[in-house]
Amino acid sequence: MKILVCISVVQDTTTKITFTDNDTQFNKAGVQFIVNPYDELAVTRALEIAEANNGTVTIVHVGEADSEPSIRKALSMGANEAIRINANPIDAQFVAEEIAKIATGYDLILTGRESIDYNGGAVCGLLGAMLNIPSINVVTKIDYDGGLFTFDRDIDGGRETVSCAGPVIASAQKDLCEPRIPNMRGIMAARTKPLQIIEASVSNQAVSYLSYTLPAAKSGVKLIDPSNAAELINILKNEVKVI
Amino acid sequence: MSIVVFAESSDNQFKKSTFEAISYAKEIGQLIGKDVIAVNISGISNGAELGKYGASKVVNCNNTDGFTADATSDLFASICKELGASVVVLSNTYVGKSVSPRVAVALNASMASNVISVPDLSNGFAVKRGVFSGKAFAIVNLNRDIKVLAITPNSFEINSNGSDCPTESINANASPSKISIKAVNKVTGKIPLTEAELVVSAGRGMKGPENWVMIEELATLIGAATACSKPVSDMGWRPHSEHVGQTGITIKPNLYIAIGISGAIQHLAGVSSSKTIVAINKDPEAPFFKSADYGIVGDAFEVLPQLIQALKN
Repeated sequence: MKILVCISVVQDTTTKITFTDNDTQFNKAGVQFIVNPYDELAVTRALEIAEANNGTVTIVHVGEADSEPSIRKALSMGANEAIRINANPIDAQFVAEEIAKIATGYDLILTGRESIDYNGGAVCGLLGAMLNIPSINVVTKIDYDGGLFTFDRDIDGGRETVSCAGPVIASAQKDLCEPRIPNMRGIMAARTKPLQIIEASVSNQAVSYLSYTLPAAKSGVKLIDPSNAAELINILKNEVKVI
Repeated sequence: MSIVVFAESSDNQFKKSTFEAISYAKEIGQLIGKDVIAVNISGISNGAELGKYGASKVVNCNNTDGFTADATSDLFASICKELGASVVVLSNTYVGKSVSPRVAVALNASMASNVISVPDLSNGFAVKRGVFSGKAFAIVNLNRDIKVLAITPNSFEINSNGSDCPTESINANASPSKISIKAVNKVTGKIPLTEAELVVSAGRGMKGPENWVMIEELATLIGAATACSKPVSDMGWRPHSEHVGQTGITIKPNLYIAIGISGAIQHLAGVSSSKTIVAINKDPEAPFFKSADYGIVGDAFEVLPQLIQALKN
């Protein structure tokens, strides 16, 4: 069983987002970077499946050298090896096109549901189509038995169970598992695990980021007396006209 | 050449987000002088009503196999090719998120998800999309000839002043899916959170899952969906599908009522695009009050019964 897990490196969830260079670049100054939370779930479940089926887990990441601590974290969780494709990960299509070049020969490929920076949520479907394999979005459960993968996935207004033989790609949603915390042995071992660096080669970029804006600030809260809370209903009905 | 819309349905009815997508496509159609064709891949036999929202024609493709990302996308992509699609519009729902990337690859298109604006054609094809989980927006240009846009539900007005349009049946066959559907558990009659216009959400201030009776009663009275904060779903008080925020769902309802939620930056990220925000919290220093339009500084257990009573009267 060979499993590939695609990880993004993103700003910590508490980050206050600002931009530089005339609002054309995300301001990385003082920002703590982490493995994308959904991708941590993907790594953890991949390791559990690999351990139960005598398999291996490879990590792939499109990013620059500054993301190596996060790649090492995935290795310290237990992954066998990692590949870094050296480029600024501009958007989902660019990332998927780069990963597609190294993604053959795996039984299972996992991504996170979306990255919490650019929120494309598209790499799973893009890679699935590029590799001509089925893609299963937002999975909350993955089992492997007798050559068949079974997934629970979120759908609009519910959940469904699907099954499929490998190779298949799926994107991890919360509830899939509890993220594994690296232990000291894992951290030590990760230092010497293979990390291969490949140069990016996609040139026909599908999407370009031109600029950024922040949401307009609220003009200020109108407080309602808690002893006369019914006034809120009156406002929502007759002023805002939303209910 | 045309603008093709993926007409999504649920429980044998077109979704509200489909009407938004067609109204949106119509606006693009007026900008670039092209017709809107809605593709109805569902059990709905006749999609003529989609003309009201701006479709010039509906292509019905009776597909009873159920939804799978691979086969449904292949089928839709082959129809897009046949119709000469230059712009493809979908809703950024779970279905749309599964289909749009695969269609983009099949058409060798550029794609953008979370789209919240009509394209600016003054210097290319630029749209605004939500990034950083609701904390910011980006303007992106789609560089390839064909564009695939997955638009955020509740972002565009529905325009329904057209009339029924002609329909046409198509016999497109896609290769069968490699995915087999084993079970589908859908809560019928409940509004999916991402598409809800009104949302009542609660946090740790509710003290325990047993107190959600009041939240649900308030939500039912105004016809809202229910949501919750991350700690509440982490503790298992509510299902994770209700968790809104940076690592949960990003929503954009017309009204968001937050009860007993302090308003941490990760939570605000997922809800700050809501049109009207109401915060109810007993802590006057709760950060939510800085991001709310209306606030009540008070105990949820005293405020909620008043709200419920006022709605019943």
